[in-house]
Amino acid sequence: MTVMEQRGAYRPSPPPAWQPRTDPAPLLPDAEPYRVLGTEAAAKADPDLLRRLYAELVRGRRYNAQATALTKQGRLAVYPSSTGQEACEVAAALALEERDWLFPSYRDTLAAVARGVDPVEALTLLRGDWHTGYDPYEHRVAPLSTPLATQLPHAVGLAHAARIKGDDVVALAMVGDGGTSEGDFHEALNFAAVWQAPVVFLVQNNGFAISVPLAKQTAAPSLAHKAVGYGMPGRLVDGNDAAAVHEVLGEAVRRAREGGGPTLIEAVTYRIDAHTNADDATRYRGDAEVEAWRDHDPIALLDRELTARGLLDEAGREAARDAAEAMAADLRERMNQDAVLDPADLFAHVYAEPTPQLREQHAQLRAELDAEHDTHGGAHR
Amino acid sequence: MTTVAVKPATMAQALTRAMRDAMAADPSVHVMGEDVGTLGGVFRVTDGLAEEFGEDRCTDTPLAEAGILGTAVGMAMYGLRPVVEMQFDAFAYPAFEQLVSHVAKMRNRTRGRMPLPITIRVPYGGGIGGVEHHSDSSEVYYMATPGLHVVTPATVADAYGLLRASIASDDPVVFLEPKRLYWSKADWNPEEPQSVEPIGRAVVRRSGRSATLITYGPSVPVCLEAAEAAREEGWDLEVVDLRSLVPFDDETVAASVRRTGRAVVVHESGGFGGPGGEIAARVTERCFHHLEAPVLRVAGFDIPYPPPMLERHHLPGVDRILDAVGRLQWEAES
Ligand SMILES: Cc1ncc(C[n+]2csc(CCOP(=O)(O)OP(=O)(O)O)c2C)c(N)n1
Repeated sequence: MTVMEQRGAYRPSPPPAWQPRTDPAPLLPDAEPYRVLGTEAAAKADPDLLRRLYAELVRGRRYNAQATALTKQGRLAVYPSSTGQEACEVAAALALEERDWLFPSYRDTLAAVARGVDPVEALTLLRGDWHTGYDPYEHRVAPLSTPLATQLPHAVGLAHAARIKGDDVVALAMVGDGGTSEGDFHEALNFAAVWQAPVVFLVQNNGFAISVPLAKQTAAPSLAHKAVGYGMPGRLVDGNDAAAVHEVLGEAVRRAREGGGPTLIEAVTYRIDAHTNADDATRYRGDAEVEAWRDHDPIALLDRELTARGLLDEAGREAARDAAEAMAADLRERMNQDAVLDPADLFAHVYAEPTPQLREQHAQLRAELDAEHDTHGGAHR
Repeated sequence: MTTVAVKPATMAQALTRAMRDAMAADPSVHVMGEDVGTLGGVFRVTDGLAEEFGEDRCTDTPLAEAGILGTAVGMAMYGLRPVVEMQFDAFAYPAFEQLVSHVAKMRNRTRGRMPLPITIRVPYGGGIGGVEHHSDSSEVYYMATPGLHVVTPATVADAYGLLRASIASDDPVVFLEPKRLYWSKADWNPEEPQSVEPIGRAVVRRSGRSATLITYGPSVPVCLEAAEAAREEGWDLEVVDLRSLVPFDDETVAASVRRTGRAVVVHESGGFGGPGGEIAARVTERCFHHLEAPVLRVAGFDIPYPPPMLERHHLPGVDRILDAVGRLQWEAES
């Protein structure tokens, strides 16, 4: 008998306590992204919802275009457009109830706006007048998070706290495909599953993390598969199909609210624009790929469905366009006004009470500003 | 008048008592961390809290420091007051991203709308024979992060008073627990705990006329010992216990140095880029005309924390402090 054969003969019995904690089968995502538009399932979709989604998508696309234009005019330092991804942004936000919370990443301005955040306040971070322009408690939207995936544990903690307090509040946390490689992604999913926290994680897989394609980010069959290891269901959805995104998110939100715990959803989509206005996407992808995704445009998909069902005509399209134009005109006008800044803000919000050290520094700045004022006789800038 | 049963208590017991009283007084106070529940923490500082308040209020978390602090952020957003335990100084590092980018900045980012009342308890420092990664002095990282308060008690009474204040604070507080003082004892009446000590006030632990030792946390008892020993050499040393590194009590420190004219800063963490440099600079700026000698520093060496059998050579002890005090007989080179 060879050594290998001897080894083969040795069959250890499983350790005494061994039994799988969860049956993995129901946690696994479907092989194909779930779709509604253009399938039989579409007939069941609520017409009012579809029309609302359409209007929001058109408005969102116009917002992206306007914000990108504002970078060219120097009114915004930078803008990460979500053109092509509007269905994820809008349908996710609309799947929440008013009492729920949204934890967006830096690309998710549209989701914040869809939840009611003022379009100008949503851009304050990117314009540079302050880090967060809106009151997070007003519409229950956390600050747009720039460090990748760090907002995910916040969503878990908030949802957990709400449950402890007896509130049936759900938290929706959004992250990109690149963000799923971060340690905070793992820790957040693990905490959520262990605590059975009412959280929905939405990964917008738009193909790239700046220039790095998904294949260099993960070897998993899909990002939704990652859920299984944590003991939560993973769902795969066509991220350009607003009706599908809304349905899948709605189910996950309902499950979470009813005590069913967290869900990981991967929405498969594509970033049509570059990473930001400052990025050169031609360095890492070809036109053919982008064009293929243009054929699968979220607005076009919904337009086709609505038209086929007689829910949208040229007048309806025009109404959506007009509303979007009005929003853009208002955004343009307000963004073209110079921000009014108060240098005292620098010291006002570091601590509840400024430390003696900050009081001294505040006094120093005030003296500098007074001197400037006396010299130039002008207003503080 | 009632007589109070004053009994010896350890710093660890005072810390436990502070959390217990805070939890009893305010249902939004939640304790969380690795092994804080059933075990009561590896130093037993959370002993009995899970039993008394339930697992929802004193929670054994998964083993993930970023996750612990990150979820605490969300809990604080929703109105809870998390008290987070980092098991050992060097194991808090995975949580630095959450600490620096979110905990320290959330109030500021949101123009004051979203304060985060989180207390982060970190057992720190050496002197207990711990193996690698169990003895770091990490205070300078916290001090260098605007938005955090950084406090460290040196007495049993302050352990109670400062932890109560930290939990009550609407700002995040890094609460550094000198682990070699966990078992230090003092006469203390646990039935009638000492008053809450406001954050940001240094205290003169021993008054003297010839020089000031400026110190905090684990080095306070060492400085007091050095001050006793220095009497034989004719030095009457004042010892200032900072208690709070951020905010820094310039007033108490400067008043002391103006009285004595000489100062030595003493701490365990490395000297280069360490807290002592900042403190010496502040003292010099405020007391230049009162100083009879440069402000000196007695610090740990600028080395990774040494193995336990060598740590006594690293930690600033009485001799090294006395040596520095001797050098305060400073005469300008001609
Ligand atoms: C912790 C961290 N590391 C690096 C960055 C720099 N960065 C900003 S966006 C980005 C790519 C993110 O890709 P993905 O998560 O797929 O989101 P997407 O931009 O595609 O929406 C990187 C590397 C960051 N913001 N945070």
